[in-house]
Amino acid sequence: MAAVLQVTVHRGTAGARRAERFEVPSEANQTVLDVVSWIQQNADPTLSYRFACRVGMCGSCAMMVNGVPRWTCRTHVQKVVDRGRNGGRDGGRIEIGPLANLPVIKDLAVDMAPFFDKWVAAGAHHHPTATRADAPSPVRPDSAAREVANAGIECINCAVCYAACDTVAHNPDYLGPAALQRAWTLLNDDRDGGHEAILDAVSGFGGCHNCHSIGSCTLRCPNELDPMTAIAGLKRASARRVWRRG
Amino acid sequence: MKTLARSHPLWLAHVLHRLSGLALALFLPVHFWVLGLALTDPAMLDGFLAFAAHPLVKLAEFGLVFLLAVHAFGGLRLLALEFLPWRAPHKTAAALALAGSFGVAMTFLLQVI
Repeated sequence: MAAVLQVTVHRGTAGARRAERFEVPSEANQTVLDVVSWIQQNADPTLSYRFACRVGMCGSCAMMVNGVPRWTCRTHVQKVVDRGRNGGRDGGRIEIGPLANLPVIKDLAVDMAPFFDKWVAAGAHHHPTATRADAPSPVRPDSAAREVANAGIECINCAVCYAACDTVAHNPDYLGPAALQRAWTLLNDDRDGGHEAILDAVSGFGGCHNCHSIGSCTLRCPNELDPMTAIAGLKRASARRVWRRG
Repeated sequence: MKTLARSHPLWLAHVLHRLSGLALALFLPVHFWVLGLALTDPAMLDGFLAFAAHPLVKLAEFGLVFLLAVHAFGGLRLLALEFLPWRAPHKTAAALALAGSFGVAMTFLLQVI
């Protein structure tokens, strides 16, 4: 008999949550997104979830998998399945839910608006200094600031770090790792003209100083970025500014 | 729904730092009150000191030193993590050097050998 995965999916709308169980055929090289898609195509077409690229670029398929926020399109079932006492001979168990720390719309789809609103609130948008009539500013790839900025620019906005963050869970006003990391990359970008505005935005209530350096963001980031270190950089920059002002 | 999986080293360090801080915050008022007894009620202080000579209380004092060490080094760890723009291998090397020198210092201080 082929192995069967025991899948629990947390479903429903914000006010009426329920857990449903599905049995999904276990296959080689199966991703968690494959499991969710199998359920939607073969068991219950009303299951709501998000995905687009399936190759880890778009950042839309993140979900909680056995209590850990993950990009489901690049998470192999065999690496995260709970094998239980019999070593997974029955296929093992897997529990899938919507991303933590964000309002649920339906089933596995969350409202990402608070996450993106905080990118704007953190000043994490480009502040232009030139017009299209100006020549492009030279960017030296080997400058220290550029190397720091480069370390954080591959963020795909998947909100895995936001769902992993205990500080976000306890303080709804906290801007969160992704927005603060974006602010840090812009602060290290010579072409950005809003460095003071960024420091104002990230130093206030809900800003970088709320971070407890627990590091779940860095541990869980699927692109292996390091938001915790970026936030530490913002803390240094913000503290330096206070001393500079005297 | 499964609770968020947290048990990674930095989370445990955070929890240990918090709990040791709370425990020390509870200990310090009692500590100062006992010291104050030297002025207000010397007889009661003598009674407490006799109680403190008990082996179990001595063992509890070990816990107190542990809390203090954990909290102090936890704080230094955070300061290094956040205010020194070092790369991760530098921090690991610094932590190992600090732990090693602390171990050597304690060996001499407590006259273990």
